[in-house]
Amino acid sequence: MSAILEIANLNAAYGETKVLQGVSIAVEEGGITALLGANGAGKTTTLRAICNMMVRTSGTITFAGERIDGRATEDIARRGIAHVPDGRGTFGHLTVEENLRLGAYTRRDRAAVNDDFQRVYAYFPRLLERHKQQAGTLSGGEQQMLAIGRALMMRPKLLLLDEPSFGLAPLIVREIFRILAAINKDEKTSVLLVEQNANLALELAGQAYLLETGKIIMGGESAVIAGDPSVRRAYLGY
Amino acid sequence: MQAFLHQLLSGLATGGIYASLALALVMVYQSTHHINFAQGELAMFSTYIAWTLVQAGFPYWEAFFLTLIFAFALGVFVQNVILKPVENASFFSVVMVFIGLLVIFNSVAGWIYTYTVKTFPSPFPTQAWYGGSYLSPHEVGMMGVTLVVLGLVFAFFRFTKLGLAMRAAAQNPVSSRLVGIRVGWMLALGAGLAGAIGAVAGMMAAPILYLEPNMMGGILLYALAGAVLGGIDNPWGAALGGVLVGVVENLAGAYVVGTELKLTVALCVIVGVLVFKPSGLFGRFVVTRV
Ligand SMILES: Nc1ncnc2c1ncn2[C@@H]1O[C@H](COP(=O)(O)OP(=O)(O)OP(=O)(O)O)[C@@H](O)[C@H]1O
Ligand SMILES: [Mg+2]
Repeated sequence: MSAILEIANLNAAYGETKVLQGVSIAVEEGGITALLGANGAGKTTTLRAICNMMVRTSGTITFAGERIDGRATEDIARRGIAHVPDGRGTFGHLTVEENLRLGAYTRRDRAAVNDDFQRVYAYFPRLLERHKQQAGTLSGGEQQMLAIGRALMMRPKLLLLDEPSFGLAPLIVREIFRILAAINKDEKTSVLLVEQNANLALELAGQAYLLETGKIIMGGESAVIAGDPSVRRAYLGY
Repeated sequence: MQAFLHQLLSGLATGGIYASLALALVMVYQSTHHINFAQGELAMFSTYIAWTLVQAGFPYWEAFFLTLIFAFALGVFVQNVILKPVENASFFSVVMVFIGLLVIFNSVAGWIYTYTVKTFPSPFPTQAWYGGSYLSPHEVGMMGVTLVVLGLVFAFFRFTKLGLAMRAAAQNPVSSRLVGIRVGWMLALGAGLAGAIGAVAGMMAAPILYLEPNMMGGILLYALAGAVLGGIDNPWGAALGGVLVGVVENLAGAYVVGTELKLTVALCVIVGVLVFKPSGLFGRFVVTRV
């Protein structure tokens, strides 16, 4: 399969603090790729680097056959990359519905946008129940659903997810992962998933990379990674 | 009673001017977290442009709308050319830039148009059917124009996609970029709209106050007071605050202390409110979950 996103030799730094060193990752088209690593490894930084936000980078990033490194964040979004950031990034003072509408901000196909509202509400019925509620008052799980829903409203080719399981009860996490699998299958949306919960992520993803203090130390089929003894000891806890 | 009603209504009319400028201040504040102290001078300068156009023979309403376009462009220019380079500077540097702008616009207007006061036409006939014993036709018309402006701005932010995107960009620029909103354009658009709203306030105030470079100084102070009184993070609260300041100022001037001290009284009332409710009367009750 071909790669929809290819990162080659990526370095990233916040001011003088170097975080990523020579990171190379490929996200296969139509697949789910997981990026795993401990706290502070640089997972969030990798996603920020892809969207050219808050971090200085060098190296090449190719999306759907075109270089996107150095482009403005909003242009990268407009090309079809939806980023569900660390901390979810919902608009707290706006309603659920307004948040979703903003996801479709750059789209002109009104009828399809209306269909997509229904589609998102079908994935997340909870959002429909609360569509007039201020996003800031939603529960953590609902906020995560809203953040994913807003990303879906963009009709992205690639979905970047930064720890969607963070701070959520196991039941809700299961639910969200089930929906992510459905989205990937139904919409053919490629996914780059950053997770600490390595068990779940390796279950869902076809490919996986392991990031350790800013360097990729392992990459390949999820099943192979999950079977590696050192990975099992360090990340899977058995 | 008659006199009281007259003072009250007249306070509402001038309060509308403060409300417009307060709204302009808050629109810029929400997206940049800075008070544009030069907003009043931009309005004054735009009003001079209107005056020039009227002198050149343009009919009033043509001059009015051309001035709005000019004021919009001026607002965009100030935001993109002067403020953008200092957006990451310290708070006080930005305040200095605004105060510098205030002084520059004031003296440039004085240099071009001199400091002698000029009469500025009112678009409303002096003997209109709707004028009466309580308010002059200009005051009634001015109230009408203010209401239309506030209504249009409200509808724009509430019901249009662009208005929604502007609110989003002001609230969370990072997330806005992630959905493809061009945040820089939104800031420029907000500054342009603020400039145009200020210009309306200037053109409505000028027939009463007479046009001169210091015309908007007092109005800016009252508008700022209104914005703080109503809640600097809530445009509609700020506008309402502006109206309240107008009423308090007028009633205090007429009944309590006379015109010399009315500013003092108005400010005392505001300080009093803020002591008890620091976020302003209608300051947004911030709902966030941590
Ligand atoms: N804005 C910033 N300024 C300076 N340093 C930063 C900034 N953000 C992150 N860092 C540093 O970069 C390193 C990598 O951070 P990053 O957030 O990418 O880690 P992560 O893998 O996402 O960790 P976690 O699992 O805890 O979210 C950390 O050492 C962190 O302290
Ligand atoms: Mg992280």
